[in-house]
Amino acid sequence: MTTADVSPSAPLSGDRDWSAFATPGDEGRLHMDLAVEGITCAACMSTIERGLKGLDGVAHARVNLTTRRLAVDWEPQAVDAGAIVRRLERLGYRAHPFDPGRLTAEEDAESKELLRCMGAAGFGAMNIMLLSVSVWAGNVTDIDAPTRDLFHWVSALIAIPIVAYSGRPFFRSAIRALAAFRTNMDVPITIGVVLTLGLSIFETMRSAEHAFFDSVVMLLFFLLVGRFLDQNMRRRTRSVAENIAALRVESAALIGPDGTVRDVPLSKVEPGALVLVRPGERVSVDGVVEEGASDIDQSLITGETDLVAVGPGDRVYAGTLDVGGVLKVRVTAATAGTLLDEVNRLLEAAAQAKSKYMRLADRAASAYAPIVHSAAALTFLGWWLFGGLDVAPAGIIAVSVLIITCPCALALAIPAVQVVTSGILFRAGVLIHSGDAIERLASVDTIVFDKTGTLTLPEARLLNMSDFTVERLLAAGRLARASRHPLGVALAEATRAVAPPAEVREVPGRGIETAGEGAVERLGAPDFCGADEATVAALHERFPDASLVAHRDASGGVIVCALRQGVREDAAAVIAALKATGYAVEILSGDREAAVAAIAGDLGVDRWTSGVKPADKIARIEALKAEGRKVLMVGDGLNDAPALAAATVSLSPVTAVHLSQAAADAVFLGDRLTPVAVALRVARRAKTAMVQNLGLSVVYNAVAVPIAVAGLVTPLIAALAMSGSSILVTLNALRLRLGGDH
Amino acid sequence: MDVLIFLIPIAIGLGLLGLFAFMWTLKSGQYDDLEGAKWRILEDDDLPSGKAPCEPPGGSQK
Repeated sequence: MTTADVSPSAPLSGDRDWSAFATPGDEGRLHMDLAVEGITCAACMSTIERGLKGLDGVAHARVNLTTRRLAVDWEPQAVDAGAIVRRLERLGYRAHPFDPGRLTAEEDAESKELLRCMGAAGFGAMNIMLLSVSVWAGNVTDIDAPTRDLFHWVSALIAIPIVAYSGRPFFRSAIRALAAFRTNMDVPITIGVVLTLGLSIFETMRSAEHAFFDSVVMLLFFLLVGRFLDQNMRRRTRSVAENIAALRVESAALIGPDGTVRDVPLSKVEPGALVLVRPGERVSVDGVVEEGASDIDQSLITGETDLVAVGPGDRVYAGTLDVGGVLKVRVTAATAGTLLDEVNRLLEAAAQAKSKYMRLADRAASAYAPIVHSAAALTFLGWWLFGGLDVAPAGIIAVSVLIITCPCALALAIPAVQVVTSGILFRAGVLIHSGDAIERLASVDTIVFDKTGTLTLPEARLLNMSDFTVERLLAAGRLARASRHPLGVALAEATRAVAPPAEVREVPGRGIETAGEGAVERLGAPDFCGADEATVAALHERFPDASLVAHRDASGGVIVCALRQGVREDAAAVIAALKATGYAVEILSGDREAAVAAIAGDLGVDRWTSGVKPADKIARIEALKAEGRKVLMVGDGLNDAPALAAATVSLSPVTAVHLSQAAADAVFLGDRLTPVAVALRVARRAKTAMVQNLGLSVVYNAVAVPIAVAGLVTPLIAALAMSGSSILVTLNALRLRLGGDH
Repeated sequence: MDVLIFLIPIAIGLGLLGLFAFMWTLKSGQYDDLEGAKWRILEDDDLPSGKAPCEPPGGSQK
């Protein structure tokens, strides 16, 4: 059993209005979905469920151990949402409700539909196979024609509704593709399935020896299994991403008309509302400052690490960090002319350009369909004109060409690899949004990194720790513990100090000082603490891009600490390894030249550009693409979002802003950069496996087609060939797991 | 061969029974949490007596 760490200083349930997260359920009850931190095992599951059911009025509490989520239903008269969250907190779990406006049930419904189709196809395949095996056995012994016809008719009776029901996902997609004058893998599948079914009914009516009902239903079953696995992989990635979003508490402190402050989900904040932003919090909306003055850290938006001073009338953007004072912000809609709007416009244009990429599977399909269909047509003409057959038997042989080449292996060749690969990447901490991102990752030859938040960690690090004694730093760290400024927090973390002084007073814009008895201690800007200018100048010389924090202790001794956002621990090693593998590495940052130059020097990156705007980032990436390069963009800020969408493929750390995560093809977890290198390596191996699988399908067709053209295909051969080739490509995909990359 | 008239409907009927059972399990959400389901088997909450152990089962798990 774990006891998750609940920080005693910040009771989450404080003034939060949890009921805004609830949705009406059955019988007048309220329902809420929460992401729960700290669920690790089955014991947590029963602790939470039992603990909540002990509350009066809680009708239903169920933990989902797969998605780490909790669903609660309660009677609004007997208990309120706040009591539920407080009970959870007492049990040792932090709960974060999902914003009901952001949860989508769409993919769940799609996945259930696939499962239903799969169940029906499985039932059909088994029952028809039962009848078919009897016919095959009877054909070589002593079955009489009426019995065989009966068996075929019963098979038809099962197959027709099953195909109509289970084939819908393919038929829909094929019709959509044809309506847009494109072709995809579902077009030959649909043609094959419909023709095979039609031929089998025709053959049954003239009481022929062979019918292919078993093949057609089995084909659907195999394809649906592939589809379902693919869908399941995307669903899993999405649910983890949603949990992460909920854990980052995307809510806003809304100021009511009567002056009360309530925390509400973002989807319930309307333009024109007034929102409170407290020091140390992220601004959750775009808006204009109505009241108050503060410094804002915009690094997530512009990449610039310098703080920006804002006052009444200034714009603030969602995702920025308030490090100074309390702000009241009037929420604006994203109207024309704002930064976000500009970013969105660039994003749309870039996304359109990207959709032109043609997936490997679709390319294979567009080559495959004409070849197979003309082969079938030639077979028909050949047998009819030169082979001396009538129209009907010649047509049957032609259709059998379509049956045996029905793209079972081809349709599985790539999804099977994608599913296995995304599973490997999932365990390595890389969540892929789309299956074809793997192919695009494999083709990359140039990698462009953003600096702030991507190569560096979002938190600052102490640079000149060795200048001071441990005791002296601890003294500074204790006072820093009381600060909410990010630099103060970083200093406290760096010194691992605990127990801040009891009484601390904040001097706005300058720092903090002790307010108790005895000599005053101060922490903040160097001149606030009386640091001598020579020391400050020397530190600026040593660490040109660092921020300085000074501390004056009770005896009047002053130290000056230099803090800077630290480079990810393994960044240098990862970049060296990437360069050794032959990738061209580049840095594109919105930050100042000095800061970028220092990082680029440390990491050994020769090509870097500083102070670039979002449009410049796109321009650079387009220029690289025009040179014929395949670009991987790794970035996290809002200013990176358009570039992420414009690049061939893009990755984003999990700390990135919402928009960037949505624009990126994959998100990587943790404080390390290694997942980027792993993703590239795994993707290359996956691409090899995909090409092998396509090769296997071609070989299979090269063997099968001549047999079909010669008119020798029996249902038994078709069934064996189809399942054999499907199993072969699936096994080849599974082989990827045997590698040591995860 | 007359026996087929009974056997085929019985075989298909049994298959349909399985299919409906599957559809029912799907509809009642039994595949929503495969990870949790395997642990719930071990829970004693449904026992009539109030003797459910105070310590949660599987307490030795990490």
